[in-house]
Amino acid sequence: MTEMTSGTLTGRNLHLSFGHNHVLRGIDLHVPQGTTASVIGPSGSGKSTLLRVMNRLIEPDQGDILLDGRSVLADNPDELRRRIGMVFQQFNLFPHKTVVENVSLALHKLRRMPKDQARAEALEQLDLVGLRHKAQARPADLSGGQMQRVAIARALAMKPEVMFFDEATSALDPELVKGVLALMADLAQSGMTMVVVTHEMGFCRNVSDTVMFMDAGVVVETGSPDQLFTAPQTDRLKRFLSDVL
Amino acid sequence: MDAFQQFLKTFFDWRAMGEVIPQMLTVGLPNTLLLAIISGVLGCILGLVLAVMGISRNGVARWIARVYTDILRGLPAILVILVIGIGLGPTFRMLTGSTSPFPLGILALTLMAGAYIGEIFRSGIQSVHTGQLEAARALGFSYGSAMFLVVIPQGIRRVLPALVNQLISLIKDSSLIYVLGLLASQREIFRIGNDAMSNSGNLSPLVAAGVLYLILTIPLTHLVNFIDNRLRIGKPVKKEPDDVAAVVGKGV
Repeated sequence: MTEMTSGTLTGRNLHLSFGHNHVLRGIDLHVPQGTTASVIGPSGSGKSTLLRVMNRLIEPDQGDILLDGRSVLADNPDELRRRIGMVFQQFNLFPHKTVVENVSLALHKLRRMPKDQARAEALEQLDLVGLRHKAQARPADLSGGQMQRVAIARALAMKPEVMFFDEATSALDPELVKGVLALMADLAQSGMTMVVVTHEMGFCRNVSDTVMFMDAGVVVETGSPDQLFTAPQTDRLKRFLSDVL
Repeated sequence: MDAFQQFLKTFFDWRAMGEVIPQMLTVGLPNTLLLAIISGVLGCILGLVLAVMGISRNGVARWIARVYTDILRGLPAILVILVIGIGLGPTFRMLTGSTSPFPLGILALTLMAGAYIGEIFRSGIQSVHTGQLEAARALGFSYGSAMFLVVIPQGIRRVLPALVNQLISLIKDSSLIYVLGLLASQREIFRIGNDAMSNSGNLSPLVAAGVLYLILTIPLTHLVNFIDNRLRIGKPVKKEPDDVAAVVGKGV
């Protein structure tokens, strides 16, 4: 889907506190180029915060973040975020812009493409998610599934090296979840490097290369989906799996 | 019957009104609109600056915006107009050679409107979900670009009704600059009515002025209601079924 040149993402010993609340307590993760890592765990375990720290929407208190083996902590965080696409639980489309404007805005303003070119590029991205015919609609006129696919197109338009999904299907009605998950699976298949925070155990098992189980700000277990789902090592993961499966 | 005749003559003397209406329309109306619109536009600019300062991460900027807003909102309009119009008058004359009270009158109206509009904008901007800022920043926009391209336009849209109310307020408050002393050609609607009343002792010219103000403000009040409804319910659109599934999940 996207031309992949790089995108190995590494986090080392990441710590973050909000006051006395120690949200991340030394997280290590390594996502090789072209692979998908799923992050699972109970609510409040720090999964979503981890994504925001990895793209520096929130600066870590301690630790390092590397993209293609090079630390990005000294870079301009805005530049870093252009290399990492992010999709949110609540879609966060811009309601005052049309669908195509949602996708073309960053191309025009950040990639400095002329308006026509940004628009053409945006339409192409919308085509890939099957929503070219909705280009002129406002986000409010779309279904949740359509909104999320537009959000994915918006992130992909920037030709990111890595994609983050933060519970991208949690706010969708059950019958709309499938379409979005299928799109994410296609993207993984195409060789995009992805970090997916999810409660969708089926997706996690079938699509991801590695699964990280987080609880209380630490990675409790990590491994292949088979390892984690068929032979969990820790009681905490066993309890979590019995709760969700 | 005499009392009724007296009442009609005092308030609805058509001849007295007829004499004053041409002047109200050719001199008063343009001046009133000039004062209200210029101070409205400048007030919006000042208000936007104050709103951005008010939500800034810089404590000093927030403090300045707070103090400014508290003071200018807390003073009677007529006091501000007098203090600025009379107080700065000589300096303004020396600097520009102009004796028109309009620039200082507009300045005073702008300073007050800015304080109110700043609060309107701030509440609107703060009502925009933080996910909007986060999404824009995740795309790679800086804080400033994200605010100006994504957050502020949404915030302003939400407070358009309140903003139109502020314009109504300005149309009415512009009458207060009569205290700065106006030449015949500088008079706005109220002053023309007031002068005619003083000359004839008949209140009908003021009634005519009142009607003219209402002709300006009542449509605006209805515009507010219209915008308010449109923003709440949205433009009626024809729903198309989702190509994946039924339109159920509208999300947030």
